[in-house]
Amino acid sequence: MKRFKDTEHLIRLAAVIVIAVVAFVVLRTALVPRSFGEYGHYRGNAMAEIASRPVAFAGHQTCEACHTDVVDVKKQGKHVVVACEACHGAQAKHAEDPGSVQPTKLDTAVVCARCHEANSAKPKGFPQVVTADHSGGVACDACHQPHRPKIETETEVKK
Amino acid sequence: MDITRRRLLVLMPAAAVAWKYVLAGTPEASPNYKMTDHWWGMLMDITKCIGCGTCVRACTEENDVPDGYFRTWVERYHVADWKIERPEVESPDGGKHGYLHESDEGGKNFFVPKLCNHCSESPCTQVCPVGATFDGPDGVVLIDAKYCLGCRYCIQACPYGCRFLNPKTDTAEKCTLCYHRITKGLTTACCEVCPTGARQLADLKNPKDPIHEFLKTHTVQVLKPQMATGAKVFYNGMDGSVR
Repeated sequence: MKRFKDTEHLIRLAAVIVIAVVAFVVLRTALVPRSFGEYGHYRGNAMAEIASRPVAFAGHQTCEACHTDVVDVKKQGKHVVVACEACHGAQAKHAEDPGSVQPTKLDTAVVCARCHEANSAKPKGFPQVVTADHSGGVACDACHQPHRPKIETETEVKK
Repeated sequence: MDITRRRLLVLMPAAAVAWKYVLAGTPEASPNYKMTDHWWGMLMDITKCIGCGTCVRACTEENDVPDGYFRTWVERYHVADWKIERPEVESPDGGKHGYLHESDEGGKNFFVPKLCNHCSESPCTQVCPVGATFDGPDGVVLIDAKYCLGCRYCIQACPYGCRFLNPKTDTAEKCTLCYHRITKGLTTACCEVCPTGARQLADLKNPKDPIHEFLKTHTVQVLKPQMATGAKVFYNGMDGSVR
């Protein structure tokens, strides 16, 4: 006499469970990206994907490699600390292909005012003007050289 | 199901696409960049910020940020006399075009540039139900756009309002600290163009970074320190009214 008369039911149940577990493991392995959990509870490859985005701003070191004449002029004035792309905009494409991609000419009446338009929230020592009174809409580069903005008096130039 | 010639023709391109995805593996990363050697943050010097908005424009261009949304922005604070709990804050179009109109009402006025604080105890990453946003081993909080469901939990969790839902992709987005630049040895786009040096990228794990000397010698603060987020954007000369 068998001790358990309906063992076949248990075997079938066990088979179903085994198949379900195997299916779960197989599906999980197939669906979860391999890099998931590499550094934490996220897809490790995401970091490299974000890092692979192309750069738009080349950086002033790149500009200075070719435009040494501008570097020399800038050194003589306060704008030495201002990076090229602060005014000229993103130039990575120009740096890659200087022949065909040319930066657009800037409108100094707009560009200079963004920094130098007077505002009580600006640090007190920062040079500021009310452009309407200062130049009345005349472009700043009519008098100032943007790379070396200070206008020297004759005696200063002679030195 | 019998594999007929017709079915095989349909299945093969699908299998090829799947296999290509499997083979893709690790995308090309920066070869000389070692994540564990860095712990990124930023230094904001409010005493130097002129509110020109160059950082905002640079960020928009570098990261293709949709119109009307900002990964970094500049606020103008006005504090009348003793009411430091009721500052008047404006940020027209994120301060993108600079502050060209004077509105001197007396009192105290200053600019505060803001961006993701890349918190080391970030509340936003803790609420993500799918592991789409995370703290990287180098201290940068990032979003995996392929995993993001667009559920917006992280957007409401960020105490600094630094996240938004990109209307084009319907995924959460925010400052990556220009991860594609800093891993190549460049500084962030905003720090690159800041004309006064008011914002500076800081590597807190690099002992030669000037940030250490600065932190030793200046009174700095982070935003909302009471929330214990472990914010890594340090503000110099910040008034108590800044929220």
